[in-house]
Parts: sequence; C-alpha cells; structure tokens
Amino acid sequence: MSETTKETGLQLAPNLPDPDGFYAELIALHEGLSREDSEALNARLVLVLANHIGDREVLREAFAAARLQGAPMT
Amino acid sequence: MTKVFETPLYPYVRCADQDAAEPARRPVVVIGAGPVGLALAIDLAQQGVAVTVLDENDKVSWGSRAICFAKRPLEILDRLGCGQKMVDKGVVWNLGKVFFDERKVYEFNLLPEGGHKRPAFINLQQYYLEQYLVERALEIGRDTGLLELRGGNKVSAVAQLADGVELTVETPEGPYRLHADWLVACDGAGSPTRAMLGLDFRGRVFEDNFLIADVVMKADFPTERWFWFDPPFNRGQSALLHRQPDDVWRIDLQLGWDIDREAEKQPERIAPKLKAMLGEDIEYELEWVSIYTFQCRRMEKFRHGRVIFAGDSAHQVSPFGARGANSGLQDTDNLAWKLKLVVEGTAPEALLDSYDAERVFAADENILNSSRSTDFITPKSHASRVFRDAVLELAEHHAFARPLVNSGRLSLPATYHGSPLNGPDCAAMPARTRPGAPASDAPIAGGWLIDRLGDRFQLVTIDVEAPSTLTIDGIPVERVALSAADNPTGALAARYLGEAKSAVYLIRPDQHVAARWEAFDAGEVTRALRIATARSDNAGRG
Repeated sequence: MSETTKETGLQLAPNLPDPDGFYAELIALHEGLSREDSEALNARLVLVLANHIGDREVLREAFAAARLQGAPMT
Repeated sequence: MTKVFETPLYPYVRCADQDAAEPARRPVVVIGAGPVGLALAIDLAQQGVAVTVLDENDKVSWGSRAICFAKRPLEILDRLGCGQKMVDKGVVWNLGKVFFDERKVYEFNLLPEGGHKRPAFINLQQYYLEQYLVERALEIGRDTGLLELRGGNKVSAVAQLADGVELTVETPEGPYRLHADWLVACDGAGSPTRAMLGLDFRGRVFEDNFLIADVVMKADFPTERWFWFDPPFNRGQSALLHRQPDDVWRIDLQLGWDIDREAEKQPERIAPKLKAMLGEDIEYELEWVSIYTFQCRRMEKFRHGRVIFAGDSAHQVSPFGARGANSGLQDTDNLAWKLKLVVEGTAPEALLDSYDAERVFAADENILNSSRSTDFITPKSHASRVFRDAVLELAEHHAFARPLVNSGRLSLPATYHGSPLNGPDCAAMPARTRPGAPASDAPIAGGWLIDRLGDRFQLVTIDVEAPSTLTIDGIPVERVALSAADNPTGALAARYLGEAKSAVYLIRPDQHVAARWEAFDAGEVTRALRIATARSDNAGRG
C-alpha cells in the first residue's frame, strides 16, 4: 500500500515532526475562541495552506482524502 | 477468599525508640510504605544506609491502582531484587487497539526492540508490587538490620532543624518523637508532610470523572490494550479495557464532570454498561470500584532543606501513559545513591540539588505528555473535539493521522539533558546513550549488560584497556570490560559505539550515563566523577 497517491504524490504518510507538539499548538490556536470564530479561523487556515501547496492536482487529492473517499486501510 | 490487600503484612510492634528519654536519631526516615517509599528504603539498605520506614497502615493498598509497569522501572526493580517476581506474575502485552464509535480505526504494536532482558510493559496489580517490596524489605531488615518497617506509625508533626527533622509519631500506644538526619516524604498525592510544611503543589485540575473497575471474569478477550473514543456503550466518553493477572480486567469508563459519584459506583448502575461493553451473557464479579478525578501538578522544588519529596507527593499526573508509579520508582533510583554519598560524607549536600534538577525535568516531561493525552481524550472545547474526531476519522483511512491519535503516550525514562552531573560526551557515539541517558540494555557474554550495572560507579570499557578498579576521592570505580565481539547480534556496538572504534563509559549507580570517551584517561575520569558527585561543576558542558 503506497502512502502517496499515484497521480500527484499527495503526502499521506506521517510527515510531521513532533506530532504531539504540533497538535497541542493547533489546539492552543483556538483557545478562547467562540465556535464561529474557530470555524472562521479554520477556513483561513485552509486557504493559507492551500496557497502554500499551490498545486491544484495535489489539492484535489487532498479534498478527496478529507472527504474520506476510498476504503479504510487495514 | 482472603486477598493480599486484606492481610496485615507489617503490623504495629512497639519499638525501643518509643521508650527513649530523648528522641532517637536516625540517618534516613521514609514516610510511606507504598511502592515509592519501599523501593527507596530497599535501595538505601542494599547500599548500606540504615533506613526507617513509617506508615500509618500495615497492609498493601486496596484495588489494582497502578497496573502498567514499563521496562525501565522493571530494570530498577531487578536491582532491588523484585523484577523477576514482577515479570513472572505479570502479563506481557504489545498490541493496542483504538476504536472510534463502533469501528477499529487504528492499532499499534509496541514492537519492543530485541536484545533487552525486560519487556516494554507488563500489567500487574499494584498490590502485588507492594507485596513483593514488603517481602524484600522485611528480608533485608532481617539479614542486615538496616531496614525497619514500622506499621501503625503515623507522623503527626514535622519540624525542620538545621541538622535534620524532628518528627512526632502517633502509634496505637501513644506518640513518640524521632530525629531524622534526612526525611523522605513518599506519602502520596495528598502528602500530609507537604501540608504540614505548608508547601505548594500547583498545576492543572481536569474537570472529569473516571470510573475504574477491576472485573474478575473468564473472558477470551486477547491480551491487548483496547481504547474506545465515543463508543455506543459510553456515548460521548472514552473507555479502556486492559488485562491483569488472575482473570482480573481493568475497565476505565469516563463519566464526565456533572455526575453523582456515589450513584455511579453502585453495581446496578455499572452492570448495564459492562454488559453493553462486554456482551449480555458476560458473567463477572466486581473486585474493586473507584471513581477518580485527576490533576497534573508538581511541587516547585522536590528538596526543602533536610526534607525530600519523591513520587506522587512531589508530582501528580493523569493516569494516561502509566507515568505515576513508573516515574516514582525512577525518583527513588535517582535519589538513593545520592543520599547514600551525602549521608556517608563522600559527596556534598549539593548532590541532592541534582535530584531536584533531574527529577523536576522528568516530572515536567511526564506532565506534558499526560496533559496532552488528557486533552486529546477529553477535548476541552468545541474546536478541540472537532479536531480530535477528524484525527480519528482520518486515522482509519490515512497513515499520516495515526501519530496524532493520543490515547496515552506510554512511560519512557527521561534522559537528563543539561543535568549538572553530565560530563564529557563523544559525538561519534549514539544519541541514545549520551550523558544523562539511562544505560541501554544489550546481550553480552553470559547474560545481560543491565545485570552487570548499578549500585556503584562503574567504567564500562568496550575494546579498550583500563585499570580494573580506580578509587577517586574515596569513591571506588569498578571496570566492566566488554568487547563488541562478545555480542554477535551487534546490539552492543549499535547502542554504545556508533561510529567509534572503542568506548569508555562512566556509569552512575542508577545505571545512567555520566560521561563517555573513545579512550581511557585517568584524569578525564577523575574530572567526570567529580562532576557526577557535585564536587565540581560542569560549566560549559552538558
């Protein structure tokens, strides 16, 4: 089972150094925000990251991954 | 059936100190005969220091309490003569499964590295550990007269003096006074000693309740750690199933914050949850039920003059990650040899400040890890829950999300980065055995490296000559001569040599690395030993 998709090479294998530290920072970013403000922050974050990726094929693959398309891995 | 936790193992007996005109003077007094107090007392007595343990009870603790023991504490218990009993009785497990709602989303294998005497983890009820430690303590007491375990002795007052601590001890036959040159408080998270001295204990309170049940049942669940997020049988909460010996299973059910604690503990309230979790036909007996809340906090300093705190009295973590008892045993491992050298007068009191530096560092690591696990398991905000659920959903489909799933980061020993006791390092050698790290085990001719280490300073040499013993400032340093060729699997070379052709390691009595070089130099070893015993500082190193 390949951890990158064939078409574009979207990285789906673990790629984040210090995953627990990253997660704690991400959650801390939302601290004290209302639900609406958190949602707006997430939307801005997606747009910032999408621009950084800059590759429409990769982004389409990411959209599919986020929609959980495809069978679960075992 | 009479369980071990119902049997008095060290009943109150009147002692001569109770009849003394003036308070008797003891070099080291330990308050608390739990795992931490007993481990410390055994370690000290084994190293020749007389120690008196006071506890208001006379039995091991009731209920399973700490159940996961990691490899490093097992190595410490080996040094104390209890490791084999633990492993013989305990259940070894490697596989963990994580469920979300009704689906398994992830499984992990601890995949313990080969070439270690002890497994990554065993499960065993805390009362067995306490029983083995009590047996060992009584045995050392009989054999050497250096360890005295006094049940029914409750400390009711503590006064700091310039040269020690004066204690008032209540017994069934009335109070007596005792003078301790050094007092170690191993009296748990609610430490009465800490309260009597008016010392701080700060941190984070988690607004949550957990039901722990020890369930005796004949079940064919595998020997694995099963963790559920938001399962149908405990909606919106988490659950854990973990096997212990004697057909006892640990079940943890998260209950939330606003609950009626007494009502939740009733067997008729628990039964439907267990049946939904384990199957309608399950036959079981409840051995122990408890509801707990938790905090992550520590004392600002673990040493206050002649009073030293170890284990839960000094630091408290959430149970996720098995970092409570495991870190308490590592406190005693760190403290015993230092206290011995200070009591003997071969090292300055400053050596005890390194206990504070090293174990505060370890406590912060444990608190960080256990707080993060708790935040993942019980999200504190809407956004946090949305991300948590997204991680679990993605983990089922994509490998990248799995390292983010956090149902507990299991206890690993701290490497004392930047410790004042660390001496010279050698860049060609592996990071895992750098100064401050616990010595890695490895197979060697006729057994295990870890069994050759501990209780004194040692010089491990690999393919290089050195004197068989050195005595530096009255402290003996004994050589352990090894060759990479002794270990055909290459584990010894991989863990200790790296790019180097030969190695000299100075190992502390707690099996941690103090310094290392490629070649032997008596002057260098002397300098490193002085740093490791706080006779000179390591400015510019670490």
